[in-house]
Amino acid sequence: MSDGGDVVSDGGDVVSDIVGDIVQDIPAPVCDNIVTLDAELAKKIALELGLTADEFLNVVRTQQRMPSLTELYIYSLMWSEHCSYKHSKGQLRHFSSKGKHVLQGPGENAGVISVGDGWAVAFKMESHNHPSAIEPFQGAATGIGGIIRDIFTMGARPIAAMDSLRFGTLDKPRQRYLFDGAVAGIGSYGNCLGIPTVGGEVYFEDAYEGNCLINAFALGLMREEELTRAVGSGPGNYVVLIGSSTGRDGIGGASVLASQEFDEAAENKRPAVQVGDPFEEKLLIEVCLELLKAGKFVALGDLGAAGLTSSASEMASRGGVGIDIDVRKVPQREDAMQPFEIMVSESQERMLAVVKPEDFADALDTCQRWGVSCSQIGSITNTGRFVVRDSALPADAQIVADMPAEMLAESAPEYTPQMSRPAYLDKLQSYPLDFVYECVEDNILNEVIAERIANAEILGLDAFVGAQFKGAQFNGTRFKDTQFKGAQPVKDVTAEEVAAITAALSAQAKASFDIAFLSMLASPNICSRRWIWRQYDHQVGNNTVVVPGADAAVLRIGDTGRAEMTCRGIAMSTDCNGRYCYLDPYLGAQIALAEGMRNLSCVGAKPAAITDCLNFGNPEKPEVFYSFHKAVCGLATACKHYDIPVISGNVSFYNESFGNAIYPTPAIGIVGVVENIANVCTSDFKQAGDTIILVGETLDELGASEYIKVIHGLVAGKPPSLDLQLENDVQSAIREAVSCRLLQSAHDCSEGGLAIAIAESCIAGNIGAKVTLAEPIPDVAALFAESQSRIVISCTEANTDRVLDILASYNVPFSILGETFGNRIYVEKSDGSALTPLVDVSLETALKLYNDSLEQMVNIK
Amino acid sequence: MSADTNAVSLKFGVVVFPGSNCEQDVVHALHLLGHEANYVWHQDTELACYDAIVLPGGFSYGDYLRCGAVARFSPVMESVIAYANAGRPVIGICNGFQILTEAKLLAGALLQNRNLKFICEPASLIVEKSVCKWLDPKLAGSVLEVPINHNEGNYFCDAKTLAELKENGQIVLRYRQAANGSLDNIAGICNRGGNVFGLMPHPERVCDFATGSTDGRAFFSYIFRYILEIASNTKNNLNKNGSLNSDDLNSDDNNIIGNVEVAQ
Repeated sequence: MSDGGDVVSDGGDVVSDIVGDIVQDIPAPVCDNIVTLDAELAKKIALELGLTADEFLNVVRTQQRMPSLTELYIYSLMWSEHCSYKHSKGQLRHFSSKGKHVLQGPGENAGVISVGDGWAVAFKMESHNHPSAIEPFQGAATGIGGIIRDIFTMGARPIAAMDSLRFGTLDKPRQRYLFDGAVAGIGSYGNCLGIPTVGGEVYFEDAYEGNCLINAFALGLMREEELTRAVGSGPGNYVVLIGSSTGRDGIGGASVLASQEFDEAAENKRPAVQVGDPFEEKLLIEVCLELLKAGKFVALGDLGAAGLTSSASEMASRGGVGIDIDVRKVPQREDAMQPFEIMVSESQERMLAVVKPEDFADALDTCQRWGVSCSQIGSITNTGRFVVRDSALPADAQIVADMPAEMLAESAPEYTPQMSRPAYLDKLQSYPLDFVYECVEDNILNEVIAERIANAEILGLDAFVGAQFKGAQFNGTRFKDTQFKGAQPVKDVTAEEVAAITAALSAQAKASFDIAFLSMLASPNICSRRWIWRQYDHQVGNNTVVVPGADAAVLRIGDTGRAEMTCRGIAMSTDCNGRYCYLDPYLGAQIALAEGMRNLSCVGAKPAAITDCLNFGNPEKPEVFYSFHKAVCGLATACKHYDIPVISGNVSFYNESFGNAIYPTPAIGIVGVVENIANVCTSDFKQAGDTIILVGETLDELGASEYIKVIHGLVAGKPPSLDLQLENDVQSAIREAVSCRLLQSAHDCSEGGLAIAIAESCIAGNIGAKVTLAEPIPDVAALFAESQSRIVISCTEANTDRVLDILASYNVPFSILGETFGNRIYVEKSDGSALTPLVDVSLETALKLYNDSLEQMVNIK
Repeated sequence: MSADTNAVSLKFGVVVFPGSNCEQDVVHALHLLGHEANYVWHQDTELACYDAIVLPGGFSYGDYLRCGAVARFSPVMESVIAYANAGRPVIGICNGFQILTEAKLLAGALLQNRNLKFICEPASLIVEKSVCKWLDPKLAGSVLEVPINHNEGNYFCDAKTLAELKENGQIVLRYRQAANGSLDNIAGICNRGGNVFGLMPHPERVCDFATGSTDGRAFFSYIFRYILEIASNTKNNLNKNGSLNSDDLNSDDNNIIGNVEVAQ
């Protein structure tokens, strides 16, 4: 480190001396008369662009001279964290991408697996966090645009999208703005493309307040033989740019936004956020798929982060060829753009194709029919050099960059950051939770919540929605303006009146968990996401078998455009509980996979592969990198245990604001295969009189739970344990029962525990339940513990014995809980002789609260 | 062909504008019902060979400027207008409905939803007693479950137009519960002749058992009667009421009866 810095700061002569000594095995430059920068200036610019002194020296060594301005920009982008994965590469080698059905693993625009009968799916998940934190609508919209391009680049027609979102809590106006804007942005882009958004997840936690997460997943369907790769080949072939013109938008997106922490200046980075044009993208999809099908493309790649630079250099590098581009031939939407601006612009909706000269006229013709721009901007060469020229310059000075293509794309620096176990882990994992139980025993639980409810009512919110916000404190005549910025009470009341309401509520539900249960149902992390997916077209394509709101989405494998239909399906889900990962990154990452698989098994799908989107803080901080390392190891180990390959993914670092990192959030997108869509199982109870069975076992595990967060405002304890083999057996048993059509419903038991899982099945089916819990654990844990490997199923009375036989044959624990019944959610506790009611609420109350909570929170004025 | 559909195979033309995205779904639904369907590129103008024309949903021209405002000027629209004015059947679904209002083939306009949000959800539709040729009159008063999926589905027209729509039996569908702020809960209307029908809900999404219910089949399975009727009128040159003009039907190109195959 210090060597490099000293050498450069000593001036150009020393640098060239060093460079002169290095024998590099790289192709010779095409042209020598290139305008290079003065050594001091070059170093200054390099540092400003985010390169380290060492990396700058590496640039000089690679070039064997000082770089030009354009070259420096290109290196800074290609070697940015976002493009080069320089901090994560070593860790990512833990993942296995192998599997008989894997047609394309990581390294391409998206991974591809075979799903049988000659069909294949391409899928990937990618982050667009920093742009969205600055400008939520465009940030989220272009996130969708980018991931969709990654999919059709592979030759697949995009048929489904999902989104994994994280925000701060909704009592903050800024968070409501971000959430509302991101959802609208995703909808506006995806809906226009005619690609159904079929699922996803959202969590609201303080840790994401300064740095929301927008992870977009997309999946495309193709015939196996249609798989296309972005490998440039054939010297003499044309390099063709298709789609939008190039402007100054998004310059430095990858290096400025994605590879740095947020600070006060973040707002000024708004110009680095790109603006999306979904109509152009829709045309691009049709043009590219048509030309791919006609065999007119040798290679196809999309322009994402670092724009033309990364797309062209990666294409050349993969094919072991050179590429020669004239920036003046790039259609520009702004005047006087510099070569480096054209090369690094992140203008959206652009594709780069390699086309044989004899096919160019056909490509042009198709593009013109769709009204899409298509320009030859260069050609493939056999020099191995990445050459950029500007034909507007004098003939002898046209070359503005001349770099070894392979070095650029593949030889980025690789770091092994330091790690240290964060101090908070021991403290929080061993946090004494006795008071949680005592609070129940001493019967002060209801009083705690009742006060919040009383406050909420005065604010004009539904009582239990307001119960989420403990900050709404009454100070006599007005609410403290600390959390509910701008919120006004709907009536003036005295402190005595608040106390009276509190007392009445408290007495009303004394000695039961009704108030706690309803507060949980209204929790933004649990309540219905209908407000979100109602804004997404989730049916276009006529293949959506299971719509959002279920454990996993299911799409028929079929191409409506070709009238090719099958009875098989694809199931998909995104999962990650960041709070678990914060409290135990290894276990949390494993649970993310286990839950994703469980969601698939509930609908009857066999998990086949995952994509991941690893969102973490600044990797240069040892504590952050420790969490990253642990999460990767946990996920990789669990994937290997279940033989599930990781076929694509994305790492997003520097998710910090003002020095505070987000929760480690290794989100996964998991895809499975349904053998017969007619056998798909959903989570809703179907009719009265069905038997309700808990598969798996509830343990006394309240650590990291939604319960202690909602009721006690605490994030602490150890996440629930995970037995990889038990998880596997429970899921195998459920899949067999589903495929035999023995189940009426199956629902994953996760956040909020058993009480919430039962309530969700009741609400979805609009039918009540009468349930008796008999586990010898405290009531509060029996209701709300988030023990893993549990699934709540229902079956007809006639099928009950056969279902129990299957469960017994897999040797998994289970208990018959009760039956679907009436219009109340009734849960009681049995200690062998006596029965004690724990929860008794009307289905109507639960349903309204569950369905309306999120919308109410978003609409707080 | 499914047993529960009509016994006549029709040839539908499904217009594709840049940005249309439900054309494949419509074709899929029509195929399920045993019909033939071809895509008609927005620059094509030859429609005479089709028994009926569908303007599908989507975001033609990105819905930039105003939904349907640009598509209305596509070359195909002149032909669609002539086709409609000749009394031949045209259905516009969602964006297709918006285009039909922009082209003045249907009255009124579709404003942004009252809640200013895109809405994708199931909707219960009450079939009104109307002059619409696309739905079986026997369905009047019944309720069909058909999803909506739009940002601008809030139907509006002035009081005089509304009175005319009511008086002439042009209101075809109403939402059972207020959905998007539509005037009088209007979900679909037709022209005075009943041959041009625009609706915001997506019947093509509920034609396939594999993905849900089949209430949408009613929207594509009755029109053959009207087509047979106008074919027969044309053949017998029964052009008394002026709504059918054999010149506008491009009868020099194809005898339209030739497209209607009566299944055995």
